[in-house]
Amino acid sequence: MAIGLEQETPLSADDFLDGVFKRNPVFVQVLGMCPVLAVSNTAINALAMGLATSFVLLMSNLVVSLIRGVVPKQVRIVTFILVIATFVTIVDYLIQAISLDLHKALGAFISLIVVNCLILGRAEAFASQNGVARSMLDALGMGCGFTLALLCLGGVREVLGAGSLFGARLFGDAYQEWVVMMLPPGGFFALAAWLLLINWFAQRKHQALESTT
Amino acid sequence: MNDESLWSIFTNACLINNFVLAYFLGICPFLGVSAKLNTAVRMGAAVTFVMLVSSMAAFGIQSVLVIVDAPYLKLISFIAVIASTVQLVEMFIKKTSPVLFRSLGIFLPLITTNCAILAVALFQTNKGYGFTQSVVYAFGAGVGFTLALVLMAGLREKLELAETPEIVKGTAITLILAGLLSICFMGFAGLFS
Repeated sequence: MAIGLEQETPLSADDFLDGVFKRNPVFVQVLGMCPVLAVSNTAINALAMGLATSFVLLMSNLVVSLIRGVVPKQVRIVTFILVIATFVTIVDYLIQAISLDLHKALGAFISLIVVNCLILGRAEAFASQNGVARSMLDALGMGCGFTLALLCLGGVREVLGAGSLFGARLFGDAYQEWVVMMLPPGGFFALAAWLLLINWFAQRKHQALESTT
Repeated sequence: MNDESLWSIFTNACLINNFVLAYFLGICPFLGVSAKLNTAVRMGAAVTFVMLVSSMAAFGIQSVLVIVDAPYLKLISFIAVIASTVQLVEMFIKKTSPVLFRSLGIFLPLITTNCAILAVALFQTNKGYGFTQSVVYAFGAGVGFTLALVLMAGLREKLELAETPEIVKGTAITLILAGLLSICFMGFAGLFS
């Protein structure tokens, strides 16, 4: 889009809601899978990861949107990545300051937020072409959608794999834990199960539409 | 300095802690490029090459950063090096093999945001590997990535002929397959005890 001709589209709630539901980064667009699968073994890890990613997304969308007229087209990707890397470094030190245990649990995956395709994707596809306010709204929506999806996965995996949610035990001692859900394969299976559920709903809606017409 | 033997580093990166199936790194290309066996092999080779180059570069940068005492620049400088390596590889492939360039398509620039590559650079620094150890680690990770990609592509080519219900088509069935592969790879955990 040519910078001079750019028209400011009015703000709408759709920018936000699209990110949460219709274009949910994890369940619909299947972006940013690595952290989704790797740190969703407990609900608390999932929440922390979701919030950290949302923060980076928000700040990078803000900066990218501000500098979008200045950056030459050829070096834009590198510029975006450097912007993102700066904020990830900030988040890394922030989490270290807040809770050392959490920092240890998330490990290298905090640094790896840099290479989350979702963030670069939003910078390139949305923030580099839209105004500051819309970009922020988009980042908030995508961040919420991402956090929600992580919580869905983390919740299921923790309940099944450890019999607890946010560290609080849910079942009696007789509960046999599904250890596999806490291990890597569990991540794949939990995400597959959620996708199946969503596919099933989409299919039912489709059939209902067809039968009415 | 870490004194792990080179062979144990290699098997560790390649099989026991396979980057894709145990650490969930590089899932995007793993799901995206694993539909055809042919493309999978080439993608694996490209990733392995970028891993090797960026691992050596990362080792150099880390040594410099230790001297100038600026650990907070680690992430930024690593990612900058990786981005330029990918650019280099892209230009090289475009010049030497336009066919390969077309078949890799969008996934070549996306190697930049392949978490596996940055992860190799970060892990080798965290583990305190020396230069040879780092290179072997990067090579093992690349081979492991290629192995997972090729296995997956083989499975998906067979899957196209199978009768799958409408509801599981697409990403869902691929994830279930990945989960099963991941369980298989857990078997390697007993290799070193």
